[in-house]
Amino acid sequence: MNTKKITVIGLLALLAGAFFFGVTSYQKGVQTAQDKQNRVEQSRLVRMHSPVFGPANAPVTIVEFFDPACETCRAFYPIVKDLLAQYPTEVRLVIRYAPLHKGSDVVVKLLEASKRQGKYQAVLEAVLEAQPAWADHGQPNVMLAFQAAAQTGLNITLALEDAQRPEMEALLQQDIADLTALKVSKTPTFFVNGRSLPSFGPDQLASLVAEEVAKLGR
Amino acid sequence: MYAMKTGWPWLMAAWLLALLSTLGALFLGEVMGMTPCLLCWYQRIAMFPLALILGMAAFGDDRRGAFYALPLALIGTGLAAYHNALIVGWVPSWWIPCGEGPSCSQQSLVVFQSIQIPWLSLLAFTAITLLLTVFLRKTRS
Repeated sequence: MNTKKITVIGLLALLAGAFFFGVTSYQKGVQTAQDKQNRVEQSRLVRMHSPVFGPANAPVTIVEFFDPACETCRAFYPIVKDLLAQYPTEVRLVIRYAPLHKGSDVVVKLLEASKRQGKYQAVLEAVLEAQPAWADHGQPNVMLAFQAAAQTGLNITLALEDAQRPEMEALLQQDIADLTALKVSKTPTFFVNGRSLPSFGPDQLASLVAEEVAKLGR
Repeated sequence: MYAMKTGWPWLMAAWLLALLSTLGALFLGEVMGMTPCLLCWYQRIAMFPLALILGMAAFGDDRRGAFYALPLALIGTGLAAYHNALIVGWVPSWWIPCGEGPSCSQQSLVVFQSIQIPWLSLLAFTAITLLLTVFLRKTRS
């Protein structure tokens, strides 16, 4: 090893270290700002109309900004379901809609309409299951999502009629207004009792939930 | 000293600039989540390999590394110059249908208060080109 090689390796290590430090402190800053925003805009996290999984009065609330056409939301569905099963009395999941993709708004309204027939979860799971077929980001084919929903025994004619109700549009607009105010730009975005994830990932979500559950002191 | 005589510090400086620019671009794009515009992408394509090629060249004190890197630096300089000219308005902007990506000419990306990122890009590419030219001249056998 001559001086040149050592210099190159040393400088590389130095810059890599500086980069890593920059990334960490930037993400920390973003997280702090988000958490502060969430405290200010607390009422925007959960709305009366928002679908809830798990006990309604659970002390720990996971808020998920969700897009039925988003692949990562689909991948996270079983993960979040497992978390709910792990803490059956402590944790609830509140779904907020973030229709960031083309066609998502139509599917969101279908989901909300299926709630009126008591088939919300079944339709949600069917739509997520069929997502690769209908949710092409360039050319979504919502008809395929409707077909998947109909498979669950949903009265699709009635559901599509219900989806036209003005309150569905109002609900969607409210969620969009909330996600804009909370500066949510990606799906899924999770908040656990208003706190954001330090960085995105299933483990980070699980440990944040565990932290909030541990705070209950049970 | 041998290193001073071969002009190795010039090569090292060029690599350091390329590495800094690469990390900076990665930070803006991947960490801060700014979507690079089309011209920014082309400049990234020229800059990222420079960090690797010049790194290997500086590590092994290999003159050919600078020789291979020079075309990338020149292409980058050209792209960055065009990008800046576009922003200043020296060249007519080309009209492309609006898509989801950010616009190249109406960009509002500034760092450190008022420094435009394409301007930094031009500076880095020009400096790397100059440093490599000096290095190649000094080491001509």
